[in-house]
Amino acid sequence: MQEHILSILIFFPALAAMLGFVVHKDSAKAYGITVAGIEFFLSLWLWHIYDPMTSGMQFMEMAPLVSAFGINYMVGIDGISLFIIILSAFFTLIGILSLTETRRVKDLILTLLFLEMTMIGVFSALDAIVFYVFWELSLVPMLYIIGAWGGPLRIYASVKFFLYTFTGSLVMLVGMLFMAYFYYQATGQWSFSLLEWYRLILPVNYQMWLFAAFFLGFAIKVPMFPFHTWLPYAHGQAPTIGSVILAAILLKMGTYAFVRFSLPLFPDATVAFMFPIAILAIIMIIYGAMVAYAQEDIKQVVAYSSISHMGVIILGTFALNVEGISGSVFLMIAHGVVSGALFLLVGVIYDRRHTKLMSEFGGLASVMPRYATIFGIMMMASVGLPLTINFVGEFLSLLGFYKQSHSYTLVAGTAIIVGAIYMLSAYKKAFFGPVTKEENKHLKDLNKTELYGLVPLVVIAIWLGVYPKPVLEPINNSVEAIVQLMHDKAQTPEAQKRIPNLAKTGTMNSVQEAH
Amino acid sequence: MLEPVTVSLASLNITTLAPMVIAIIGALVILSIDLFKGGLHKSLYVMVSLLFLLLDLGAIVDFGNLFLRNGTILGMFDVMLIDGLAILAQIIIVAGSMLFIPLALTSKRFHEYNYPEYFALFLFMIAGFQFMVSTDNLIMVFIGLEMASLALYTLIALHNRSKSFEAAVKYFTMGALAAGFFAFGSMILYAITGSVEINQIALALAKDEYTNIGYVLLGVTFLLAAFGFKLSMVPFHTWTPDVYEGSSAALAGYMSIVPKIAGFVVAMRLFEFLVHSGVVWLQVILYVVVVVTMTASNIWALVQSDVKRMLAYSSISHAGFVMAAILIGSTQSNTGLFLYWALFSFTNLGAFSMLWVNRQKNLVPGQSSDHPYEKFSGLVRTMPMAAVVMALFMLSLAGVPPFALFWGKMYLIGSAVSGGYTVLALIMALNSAIAAYYYLKLIVFMFMKEPLPAYGRKYLMNASLSLKTIIGIAAVSAIFGVFAVNPLLKVITLFVYNSGY
Repeated sequence: MQEHILSILIFFPALAAMLGFVVHKDSAKAYGITVAGIEFFLSLWLWHIYDPMTSGMQFMEMAPLVSAFGINYMVGIDGISLFIIILSAFFTLIGILSLTETRRVKDLILTLLFLEMTMIGVFSALDAIVFYVFWELSLVPMLYIIGAWGGPLRIYASVKFFLYTFTGSLVMLVGMLFMAYFYYQATGQWSFSLLEWYRLILPVNYQMWLFAAFFLGFAIKVPMFPFHTWLPYAHGQAPTIGSVILAAILLKMGTYAFVRFSLPLFPDATVAFMFPIAILAIIMIIYGAMVAYAQEDIKQVVAYSSISHMGVIILGTFALNVEGISGSVFLMIAHGVVSGALFLLVGVIYDRRHTKLMSEFGGLASVMPRYATIFGIMMMASVGLPLTINFVGEFLSLLGFYKQSHSYTLVAGTAIIVGAIYMLSAYKKAFFGPVTKEENKHLKDLNKTELYGLVPLVVIAIWLGVYPKPVLEPINNSVEAIVQLMHDKAQTPEAQKRIPNLAKTGTMNSVQEAH
Repeated sequence: MLEPVTVSLASLNITTLAPMVIAIIGALVILSIDLFKGGLHKSLYVMVSLLFLLLDLGAIVDFGNLFLRNGTILGMFDVMLIDGLAILAQIIIVAGSMLFIPLALTSKRFHEYNYPEYFALFLFMIAGFQFMVSTDNLIMVFIGLEMASLALYTLIALHNRSKSFEAAVKYFTMGALAAGFFAFGSMILYAITGSVEINQIALALAKDEYTNIGYVLLGVTFLLAAFGFKLSMVPFHTWTPDVYEGSSAALAGYMSIVPKIAGFVVAMRLFEFLVHSGVVWLQVILYVVVVVTMTASNIWALVQSDVKRMLAYSSISHAGFVMAAILIGSTQSNTGLFLYWALFSFTNLGAFSMLWVNRQKNLVPGQSSDHPYEKFSGLVRTMPMAAVVMALFMLSLAGVPPFALFWGKMYLIGSAVSGGYTVLALIMALNSAIAAYYYLKLIVFMFMKEPLPAYGRKYLMNASLSLKTIIGIAAVSAIFGVFAVNPLLKVITLFVYNSGY
């Protein structure tokens, strides 16, 4: 069973969803929780049997799919994908646990289980086409979730989400076909295997074009400025569960793909594009924060803060050293936990008041103390307060980029600090001051179901903030392998200079000193 | 005095005619059954047609084995040419027809199916298409084309909607014009090379190094226009949506698949050598036609309010997409063409069959056409299974992986990449994104809107077990198409490569 654990993880939810059609709709939620619970347990078991000291791929499986064209079903994980997979399983569970939707619950839960399959598939695929299949397939359940359970503009939002991502991905597909063709020219065989592609050293000008093609697909998913316009709509219209999964997991697909594809495949192009992308990332940080500050709708605040944080992740990724990339991978998980929790919290108040406008709230802290406390902790985590989960990731990301450029990091760092303003001001508007609205005076505090969903997230946010090592160490090991690979493949002197050579320096130590 | 010509029967290699003759005999048998006893139920004729199609398929598969052992088979004074392309195309033609003919077993009565002539004409048409693909003689192509087209016009006209006659006449007129173009083009090529066989023309043109390039271009222009009509390439496509709308949904689905593969094969035979001989002008024209056909019809499809018309435009776009394979002209792209069309035929026929199943006898007040989008509003509430299956076909047509058509798309775009047509590859990819919008539109209507009470009991009016079976086959092949891709690729590559394309 151990050698097929990844396939089980991928296809178990889908299979369960198929069988779930038979389950009666009143029992659908219990069924969903059971399946997601088993899946989460399996993912924890995966962590348990994962060897953190190995940097390469583990639990690899391979089966021919279209062998005439070099496409194989190939999966495997390393430290980078391991935790995102666990996060996916975790959030599907939490999402179903805290589900308050009453319309067609069964359809929603089955859709979520299909979505879980695609998410885990994306993060464990080692064949470009298999990756692409799951990547595209993940759009369909999300389209349905936003389009069928969303707000008034849901159809516009869901179609926009689908078309944006689909277009970007098709360009990426052309890029993948190009890579396969280069591989064919070099070796006489077709292959879409990522591990085989890693061995290919491409001419720099090809790298540039291919980097651009992949970049478009990934950047729309992240979403990077200026491709971010679908995100506020999607978040604004999606039901709570949709926003939670979108923010916590789906956006991470883009940043994960940068680490998995762009960096090791095109090291020279990555270095060449480092500063332009860093500028985009800094624009995302500042612009996201500014727009978030101007929002009246509390969900949009969280949505734009996501854009801002994704900017930090991108900045860390393009630091191209172990600290930066490890930090950004860690921040992916951290941001998943924190933004997922924030969207859940927004969902809680929306269920009670059916509005998300901050002007409708005020003084909630006195009416709903538990809610205010958890919201406060998560808000602090989002701002990046030390000893919370986000701090570790943000700090490492910035530290990594500091090695590349002092001035850029300074701007980004300041922007993050200034960015705290919008969160604090939003919190102030909603929770402090007198209770002005009559409806708010008798709001119920968090009930048991909601606490089941939120308390584990609080625990993780603080636990990993204080002691990140169990997660950071496997990530670090795998990132080192990627950075070393990039250094070995780098051709231009600029790239060789920017990407550190780990073979002689013990970078490992410096990371551990960092926290 | 003319010398007496002696021809040995063996050199004629009459067996090369076997597949077509089987279809023709089938048609004659159906007619004679009617002679002996009239008024028989349509199910008899459907099954008899199916049997003869099976025999036909068996004969083709037999030739497939023979081809793999001995190479191209010639017969009847080299008029018949059974190579890999002919075999593959015939398999698609006959298999597509076998999927189509059970669609006649509807639960509602349609008067065209009461005529045994309908089925006889249908088999004649298949024989025509088979002749068309298994020859490289332009006259034979012409005969096959006309034989098939005349039968097809009649099949369309037999459907008893007022628009059907309009459709048939429109198709007939356009078809006649195309036939004229074809004859004129062939004539010019014959005038400069003295042959009507494509390989002889190629040899003759190569020998005098394209000195008559002006005439060649003139001839090719006429031929291109003729194929433009038959394959509904922009700007010769204007008849397509009207004809599809006028004919029954099942026949429209059939027309979007089988006649086109026959056209593609002839186009492949004809244009391949011209593209490869470096007639730049033709390359440019083909490039433009391919891109415009793909893009323009996609944009027209966006604004349609009727699902059938949308599917009509989308099938024009698919044809343009596949035409790119002929422009690229590598073994990989030609393989891609057959792969794409094999996968497309299942999915597209499935989609049209879904419309056929939902065919109403009478229109609801305010309903402008047979299948407006509103009709499918909220289908997931009333008919969840039908909605899921329809959505599946839409996703497959849009090229969402892992459904069948994605693999065809991927392989064709891949062949554009390896053929050096990077920009074309990007255009093909982006067109898939445009197309996604109108396919999504139907999904949006089915899954995200409330049902309209007017259409309350108008779904699955026409369903019967055999229709559901066909849809089931199409759905299964759309989902599990991925596992068929590898064997298909291997077989198709073998056939295409050994035919020298």
